[in-house]
Amino acid sequence: MADQAHTHAAASHEANAAHHGAGIAHEHPTWSTYWKVAVILTLITVVEVWISYLPVFSVSRAYVPSLLIMSAVKFAIVVMFYMHLKYDHRLFRVLFTGPLIVAMVTITALMFLFGKLAAKV
Amino acid sequence: MTSVPIAAAHGANDAHDPHATSTGLDNKKIAIWTFIGSECMLFASLISTYLIYKGRSKVGPFPHEVWTDPMTGQHMKAILNIPVTSASTFVLLMSSLAMVLALAAVQNKNLPKHTLGERILGSSQLWLLMTAVLGTTFLGFQAYEFTSFVHEGLTIRTNLFGSSFFTLTGFHGAHVTAGVIWLLTLLAIDRKRGLGPRDEVNVDIAALYWHFVDVVWIAIFTLIYLIK
Repeated sequence: MADQAHTHAAASHEANAAHHGAGIAHEHPTWSTYWKVAVILTLITVVEVWISYLPVFSVSRAYVPSLLIMSAVKFAIVVMFYMHLKYDHRLFRVLFTGPLIVAMVTITALMFLFGKLAAKV
Repeated sequence: MTSVPIAAAHGANDAHDPHATSTGLDNKKIAIWTFIGSECMLFASLISTYLIYKGRSKVGPFPHEVWTDPMTGQHMKAILNIPVTSASTFVLLMSSLAMVLALAAVQNKNLPKHTLGERILGSSQLWLLMTAVLGTTFLGFQAYEFTSFVHEGLTIRTNLFGSSFFTLTGFHGAHVTAGVIWLLTLLAIDRKRGLGPRDEVNVDIAALYWHFVDVVWIAIFTLIYLIK
């Protein structure tokens, strides 16, 4: 098993060298990272559903912000680790985050425009 | 489980590659990230439409509130089924895990596998099949949900909620369907000639698409199902 890991490490090192030549970051997640990410995503989802069934919390002011934060964390984790954006070339980050920011600004602007956020401001 | 480094799916080309680009990045990866960026704005428009129309339906059924039909006196409960959707959300999250393991298996195809665990983790066919099965299961949940909504009196023409809900989740379901077909195509190629490190970029772009479909659902699940 240790040899196996060593072989993988060597192969990965070769791949990294090639990627480094192309100006690409060379940190990579491991299989155990992928499993840990899956557990974290599941736990956050369980908490999201659980708090939606808490009568006291689901009518509180903290309910919507906490759900939005948990959703954003899940979103970011998948994008960073499963889509490898944390490790990938900067250009890919720009290609994704640029339109994502435009999309989020659009949603927020439309919510204000149609009075969905006005009562809470 | 052994923590094994995995070569990430980069589309790097060296100087001897006939497909080498001036950026050093694979064109397919640039294209898929650009496509995903445009998809972000598509789903933003659909989510915005849902949120704008939320609470403006004149007749039920409603997503989170009970409603009594004044014409018939019939009581209609809140129509969204959170437990079923939570299960389908879990299924889609696990499909992302299976997809990333399929990509890792393709990247590390040529490495020796001694133990059963390494053979399982290194089987790209297994993980591609698992991803497709989980994606199909998610679609099954969606078909069940749509069918039950229609039986309870909610169609795309019933009210603003129905129109925006079916449009948004229907578009997402169409994306999942396309993803499942893409995965089955990769699986067929894998069974025919085997996918190896040379196919890394092709599997990677499929994986990026699949994970994007997953993150869109993460947003939909919170905004449509959990926020009342």
